Amino acid sequence: METLTLEKNKLPQLIKKIQSRYTVLAPTKCDNITLFKPINDYKEINLDFLNSKVSPKSILFCQTETLFKFKQGISAEVKSVDFPNSKNVIFGIRPCDAKSFSIVDFVFKDDFVDPYYMNKRENTVLIGLSCIKPGVNCFCTSMNGGPAFAEDVDILLTDIGDKYYVEIKTSKGNEVVKTSKDLFSKASSSDKNKKQEISEKVEKAITRNMNTKGIVEKLDKIFEDPIWKNISLKCLGCGICTYQCPTCHCFDIQDETTLSDGARVRVWDTCMNPEYTVHASGHNPRPARMNRTRNRVYHKFNYYPKNYNIIACVGCGRCINDCPVNIDIIDIIDQAREVKA
Amino acid sequence: MVSHFGFGECFFAISSAPTKKEYIEVSVMKLGKVTSALHECEIGDTLGVRGPYGNNFDVKGWEGKNLVFIGGGIGQAPLRSLINYVVDNRKNYGKIDVIYGARSTNDICFKPEFEELEKRKDVNVHLSIDKEEKGWKKFVGFVPDNLLKIKPSPKNTIAITCGPPIMIKFVIQNLLKIGFSEDQIFTTLEMRMKCGIGKCGRCNIGNLYVCKDGPVFSYDQLKNLKGEM
Repeated sequence: METLTLEKNKLPQLIKKIQSRYTVLAPTKCDNITLFKPINDYKEINLDFLNSKVSPKSILFCQTETLFKFKQGISAEVKSVDFPNSKNVIFGIRPCDAKSFSIVDFVFKDDFVDPYYMNKRENTVLIGLSCIKPGVNCFCTSMNGGPAFAEDVDILLTDIGDKYYVEIKTSKGNEVVKTSKDLFSKASSSDKNKKQEISEKVEKAITRNMNTKGIVEKLDKIFEDPIWKNISLKCLGCGICTYQCPTCHCFDIQDETTLSDGARVRVWDTCMNPEYTVHASGHNPRPARMNRTRNRVYHKFNYYPKNYNIIACVGCGRCINDCPVNIDIIDIIDQAREVKA
Repeated sequence: MVSHFGFGECFFAISSAPTKKEYIEVSVMKLGKVTSALHECEIGDTLGVRGPYGNNFDVKGWEGKNLVFIGGGIGQAPLRSLINYVVDNRKNYGKIDVIYGARSTNDICFKPEFEELEKRKDVNVHLSIDKEEKGWKKFVGFVPDNLLKIKPSPKNTIAITCGPPIMIKFVIQNLLKIGFSEDQIFTTLEMRMKCGIGKCGRCNIGNLYVCKDGPVFSYDQLKNLKGEM
């Protein structure tokens, strides 16, 4: 829509302006890890980060969320929860994590609209920050994204030295900065070139690559192959890959109660847990670790593309970084591609 | 979906027929936390209900055809809805066979209704139990074997089966053996579910969700699905 530049020393002013109308969530340093949190003051923001430890999906799809409240007993009464009217800005979201929202939208919009996610989604503006240094396990360029990919954010900032190159991509983004246009300058063609140069340089610094050509069809043919057993042998079933994954959206629903009151809550769940699928009868369609490991891979690289025409992976590398036994999704896809079928 | 607030929510098939306009029935086996709490309910208690979700049996499309129902254990609950509908609209359908098996006579679901059904001349009921019991003169053995013995003709016939996954597997094998084609065989599946609307992720078979894309599937559809049941 519009390209501008913003001098770095004007960023605190911009944030302050935005804060008058929006709640700003930004990367903050907490016990040596970076997490997105609501901030009061610009000083809390830490922009010297690779990516947040927990993906910002937790802002829109909360780890624990009350669906409704109720009174227990003979005349049970249900009370719906209020949806907050507040508008949020996620400042500093990485392009890969922004892409994950575009992917997860399909599930929460499909057939039955999920008001809990969609309400927050619609009231949240994404101000992305291009990566200037990739992580060791980043592979966004393999997943139709890139370190300065602007298609899934409302505004993208790219650090081009002493200023940010600012791409305003949507009217939602424009709405955020419309009252602070005086802070920006028009972008010149040399600014544009600089952005291009930097993004190409960062792209080149990405060393890992996932080849997904023909993976949907390939997986169709190797469901029964022994590689799934081999891949799952070292898996502990801890589920960290799914909790950390920005596109994993599975949840459990539980009732939490006190003596007379209660709430129905949904919480993140993981297909790595055997309890996830076990029937009341004891029958479990995915009884072994192998079935569950395979389900994670198939859900992302076969089922999701079949249902929504997109692979449910953004190449953020969190599942690789955080796996306690070094299971590597790129390696799994490579192995799958090598199976003769 | 039925909610007992404070205990949770469970999925059930509606087991009454749509011909009963004034109420719906669900059949609940006492097994886990929610179902045990439901069994403690008294008349006048408040429960939550949402749904129905998913697809349904094509009762209109099956008019004029013979129907074979093959149920096992509590898998009879969703078939009961269908059987009662078909019996209430008896003239629209051809020959009707109801094959049903349970572990023992004590495990037979809807026993009084089977006794009523057996009295009818226009419905053939074939009951079985897994192990011999004193006084049981009908078939002893598993449902798929009883099916082979009865050998219903596949001509202009639809077979609908529901029961434990292992039974469904062998029933389908035997139906194919008898000469049924893949698009003549239907089943209604059960999975652990939480949301019922294709979001929570757990009831998938391959890329389809039982809650949203099922629970009724033809074998034609099922055999192409990569996934666990």
